[in-house]
Amino acid sequence: MKEYRTITKIAGPLVFVEKTEPVGYNELVNIALYDGTVKRGQVLDTSDDLVVVQVFETTAGIGRDSGVRFLGETIKMPVGKEMLGRILSGGGKPIDGGPDIVPEKRLDITGAAINPYARASPEEFIQTGISTIDGTNTLVRGQKLPIFSGAGLPHNNIALQIARQSKVLGSQEEFAVVFAAMGITKEEANHFMDDFERTGALERAVVFLNLADDPAVERIITPRLALTTAEYLAFELGMHVLVILTDMTNYCEALRQIGAAREEVPGRRGYPGYMYTDLAGIYERAGIIKGKKGSITQFPILTMPGDDITHPIPDLTGYITEGQIVVSRELHRKGIYPPVNVLPSLSRLMNLGIGEKHTREDHKKVSDQLYAAYAEGNDLRGLVAIVGKDALSERDRMFLEFADLFEDQFVRQGYEEDRSITDTLDIGWKLLSSLPVEQLVRIDRELIQKYHPQFRGAAKAAE
Amino acid sequence: MKENQKQGDKGVLKRIAGPVVAAVGVNAHMYDVVKVGHEELMGEVIKIQGEEIIIQVYEDTSGIRPGEPVENTGLSLAVELGPGLLTSIYDGIQRPLAVLVDKMGDFIERGVSAPGLDHAKKWNFEPLVREGDAVKPGSIIGQVQETNIVHRVLVPPNAEPATVRSIKSGSFTVDDVVCTLDNGTELTMMHKWPVRVPRPVTEKMNPDIPLITGQRILDGLFPIAKGGTAAIPGPFGSGKTVTQQQLAKWSDAEIVVYIGCGERGNEMTEVLTEFPELEDPKTGKPLMERTVLIANTSNMPVAAREASVYTGITIAEYFRDMGYDVSLMADSTSRWAEAMREISSRLEEMPGEEGYPAYLAARLSEFYERAGLVETLNGSSGSVSVIGAVSPPGGDFSEPVTQNTLRIVKVFWALDAKLSQRRHFPAINWLNSYSLYLESLNDWYDREVSPEWNVLRSWAMEVLQKEAELQEIVQLVGSDALPEAEQLTIEVARMIREIFLQQNAYDAVDTFCDMSKQYDMMKTIKAFSDLAYTAQAAGVTPQQILSTKAKNDLPQIKFIKDYKPELDRIMGEMEKEFNALRSSV
Ligand SMILES: Nc1ncnc2c1ncn2[C@@H]1O[C@H](COP(=O)(O)OP(=O)(O)OP(=O)(O)O)[C@@H](O)[C@H]1O
Ligand SMILES: [Mg+2]
Repeated sequence: MKEYRTITKIAGPLVFVEKTEPVGYNELVNIALYDGTVKRGQVLDTSDDLVVVQVFETTAGIGRDSGVRFLGETIKMPVGKEMLGRILSGGGKPIDGGPDIVPEKRLDITGAAINPYARASPEEFIQTGISTIDGTNTLVRGQKLPIFSGAGLPHNNIALQIARQSKVLGSQEEFAVVFAAMGITKEEANHFMDDFERTGALERAVVFLNLADDPAVERIITPRLALTTAEYLAFELGMHVLVILTDMTNYCEALRQIGAAREEVPGRRGYPGYMYTDLAGIYERAGIIKGKKGSITQFPILTMPGDDITHPIPDLTGYITEGQIVVSRELHRKGIYPPVNVLPSLSRLMNLGIGEKHTREDHKKVSDQLYAAYAEGNDLRGLVAIVGKDALSERDRMFLEFADLFEDQFVRQGYEEDRSITDTLDIGWKLLSSLPVEQLVRIDRELIQKYHPQFRGAAKAAE
Repeated sequence: MKENQKQGDKGVLKRIAGPVVAAVGVNAHMYDVVKVGHEELMGEVIKIQGEEIIIQVYEDTSGIRPGEPVENTGLSLAVELGPGLLTSIYDGIQRPLAVLVDKMGDFIERGVSAPGLDHAKKWNFEPLVREGDAVKPGSIIGQVQETNIVHRVLVPPNAEPATVRSIKSGSFTVDDVVCTLDNGTELTMMHKWPVRVPRPVTEKMNPDIPLITGQRILDGLFPIAKGGTAAIPGPFGSGKTVTQQQLAKWSDAEIVVYIGCGERGNEMTEVLTEFPELEDPKTGKPLMERTVLIANTSNMPVAAREASVYTGITIAEYFRDMGYDVSLMADSTSRWAEAMREISSRLEEMPGEEGYPAYLAARLSEFYERAGLVETLNGSSGSVSVIGAVSPPGGDFSEPVTQNTLRIVKVFWALDAKLSQRRHFPAINWLNSYSLYLESLNDWYDREVSPEWNVLRSWAMEVLQKEAELQEIVQLVGSDALPEAEQLTIEVARMIREIFLQQNAYDAVDTFCDMSKQYDMMKTIKAFSDLAYTAQAAGVTPQQILSTKAKNDLPQIKFIKDYKPELDRIMGEMEKEFNALRSSV
C-alpha cells in the first residue's frame, strides 16, 4: 500500500492530500505521525489529483511530514459475541483493560438501509413500569423513541429506569443493551456505569464512551459503531437490543463543525442542510426484520438548546423518530419525578402495541381521555392566573383539579417504582372517576360500564 | 421514439463527493441515464459544463474511484407502465422492493437493477379493437384483469395514429407483441414513459365532484375535488401521515398511488401489512388491490428520493389515461425539496431562500400541475388528485416549501400542534384551513347529500368562528361572565368540535364516516342548537340547558355502525327534555 507524504493543507478536521492513484469515496485512511501514532480518517471528496480526508480525532500532531495511507475499504467494525460486557472508546477500541476483541465479522459501519419490504411491524408492548410511557406513550419493541430534555433535567435517570425495568410480558428472550455516549461528562458516564454494574446489566451491555474531552469529530462515528454492533447482536445473534444514544445534541454539534470546516452553505442555525438525511441514517437503524429473531429499540437522548423544541436538533429528530418523550423543566421544578410532560410527548407506534391483544381493551380510550382532560385542565391554569378561580364554571373547576391530580398521581412515581400496566390503567380510571361520567366523551359506553370504578363497584355488588 | 445518438458513449469518472459525481469524455444530454463505475450504478445527468458532466447517482457511491468508467444509456429516466403495477411496492426509481429482497437480502445493497414489471408473468389479454379499426395515441386496444381492477392497455401517447393490422387474444407476458399496426408499430401490454415529462391529455377540465374521504372535517368543511390539489402542512407528530393514510384507505378514488418520500421505513411496513387486510368500502375488495406504493425512505439514497415523486405521478397519470380517478399522496414533499437542496448545494449552485435552489417554486408548481380532471387522449374522463404533505422546520409555515406550495394548491389543511397535543384528531385547524373548491362542489352536495347541507356547513363555520372570538373574551373575564346566548354558542361549538370534527382514525367504526352520517350528525347538533336558543329566549337558563342529559349521548354515535335508531332516540329525548324545560318557566 502506497504511503503519500503529500499533505497540502490542514483545516480543522480536514486534511487535503495530493495523490496519484485513484482513491475511493468514503475509503478509510490512516495517517501516521512522526512519533508513530496512527490517526484514522475517511475520504470525503476524491478526484484525479486531490483527496479530502476527514480525521476522526484531533488533527494535533498532523503535519506535512505525516504519512497517509488509503486502505482501499470503507470503515469496518470488528464485531463478536465477546463484546458483551466490554467498554470501548468512542472510536471502538477497548478501554477497560481487557483483551482485544476477536472479531467474528467485520461490518461496514454506515449500515445499509433495511428494505422496507423486509421489515416487520413492531407491535410487542414493552412495559417500562413508568405510567407516562406505558399508559399514554406506549413503547413497542423495534421503536425509536427519543427523550427530549434540557440541561440539568433528570433524563439520565429516566433512561436508566427504562433500561432497568423494561420487559416484554411473558417473554424470556435474550436481550442486550448497547450504550453510546457522545460528549457527555465523565461524571454522567459514571452514573450510567454504576447503575449498569449495580443491576448486573453490564454483563449484557456493550458500552461506547466518547466523553466531553474526547475528540468531537469522533462523535460522528460513535453512534454508527454502536448501531453496527446492535445490528450484529440483533439480526445475526437474535437478541433484543436496546440502544441508548446520549447526547445526540453533541453529535449534531460535531456535524456542524465538520460542515463549517468544509465551507458548506449552512442550513438553519448553521447546521448542515443534509442533517435530516444524516440523522435518518442513524435513527432508521431500528426495527424488526421479517423472519429474524432479534430487534433494535432505540432510545436517543438529546438536550434541547434553550429548551426549544423547534430548535433544528429536536425538530429534525422528531421528524424521523416514532414519537418523543418530553421532559419538562416546569414539572421538575414542581418536584415531580419523572417530569414527563405528556402533552407534547407522543408514541406513534402505541396503537400497534396496545389493546386487547397486547395490554387491555380500554387502553387507547383511557389514554385519549386522560390527554383531553389534562390538556383542558392545563389550559385553564392560564385563565385562572388572570381571572381567578371564582370566575370559572363548575365544569372548568373540575378539570383544573383533574390536572393537579394527574400530575400528582399519574405522572409522579418513584425512581425504583415499577408499575404494571394494569396499575397504570387503574390509576387512570381512578383519576377519570373524579370527573362526571358524561364528560368522558372519548370512551364508549361499554368500556365505562366495565372499567369505571363507579360501575365496577356496582357490578361487583350485584354479583 | 427517435434513437438518442449518445447511447453507448463512454467516459471516465473524475470526482466523487457523495451522491453527485463528475465525469469527462461522455457525450450526453441533460437527464440521460448513465451507468456509473464498474458496478454500473444508475445515475442521471443533471448538469453539463464544458467537457464535464455532473451526475446524480441513485445509489451509495462509497468506494467508487476516479478513473472508473461511465456509460451513457441514451435514455431518460423512465418507468415501465403495464399490468403488474398494482399491489407493488417500489423504490424511488421503480425497482420493486420485493424483488430486491430476493436479490440482495433484507438490506438494500447497491448495483442491482430490477425492472419495474414482472417480465415473466403471463396476463390474460382480451382485445377490444379489431383488425382494420383506426387507433390513435391513448386508444384502448384491450384489457387485462389485473386485480379486481381492469387494466386497460393503451396505445402509447407518443405513437402515431394508425390502423390495426392484427391483434391477438390470450395469455402473454408484457414483452409479447399483442397488436401490430399498419405502420409496422408493434404494441405490447407495456410501454415506457420518461418520468419528468407529463403525459399528454386532450383537455383539462374544472373539477366539480368531491373526492369523498370519509373524514368529516375534510368532506364536511374543506373538501378536495377529484382532480384537485391539496397541501397538508404541519409540525412533526401532528398527523400528516395518518391523514394521508386515511385518504389512501378510504377516499373514493379508484386507484391510489402512495409515495413515502424520505420518511420512515416502519410507516411503509404498516401500509404493507394493513392494506391487504382492509376492504375498500365501495367494492369490498382488499384495499391493496387498487394501490401502488413507492417507498424511498429517509435513509435510502437522496437522489432516488428526488426521483420518487416523478415516478409516482407518472404512474398516477398512466391510470388516469385509462379513465380512472386516481389519488396520489406524497409524504413528504418537504423531503423531496430537501433532496433538491442537497443536490443543488453539491452542484454549488447559487442558493435561493434558506438554501433551496432558485427553481424550487417552479418544480413544485410543475408537479402539482400534473394533477387535474382531464379528458384523456381517448376521450374518456379521468383524474389525478394530488395531496402533498409538507413538513416545515419548527412547524413554521412561513418557510419556502410551505409558502410556495400554498401558492399553487387549492386546498389547505393546516395541522396544528396545539390540537394534536390535546389529542384533538384530525388536528386540522378549522379557522386557518380552506378549500377553494367549495363553490364548484356546492351543486354536488345539493344533489347527492341534501339541499340543506351547504346551509349546515355555513352555520357550523359561523359558530366556530364566533367561538374563537368569544374565547378571547373568556381568556380575559372567564366564561361565567358571558351573556347567556353566548354561553350557549360556546357549548354548541364544543359539540361541533368534539362530536363532528374529532374523528378517531383508530376506531373501527369512526375511521370512516360516509356523507349521510356526516349530514345526520351535523343536523342533530343544529337541532340541539335551535332547541337551546328557543328555550333560552323563552327564559330557560343556560345552566338548565347545559345540564340536559340526552345530548351527552351524542358523541357515542361516532362509534356505532347502525347509528340511526340511537340517533332517533336521542333526538326524541332531547325534544322531550326541552319541552319539559320550556313548560317549567
Ligand atoms: N385522525 C387521527 N386519529 C387518531 N390519531 C391520530 C390521528 N391523526 C394523528 N393521530 C396521532 O398522531 C400521531 C402522529 O401522526 P403522524 O404520524 O401522522 O404525524 P406526522 O404529521 O406525519 O409527523 P411527521 O412529520 O413526523 O411524519 C399518530 O401516531 C397518532 O397517534
Ligand atoms: Mg409523517
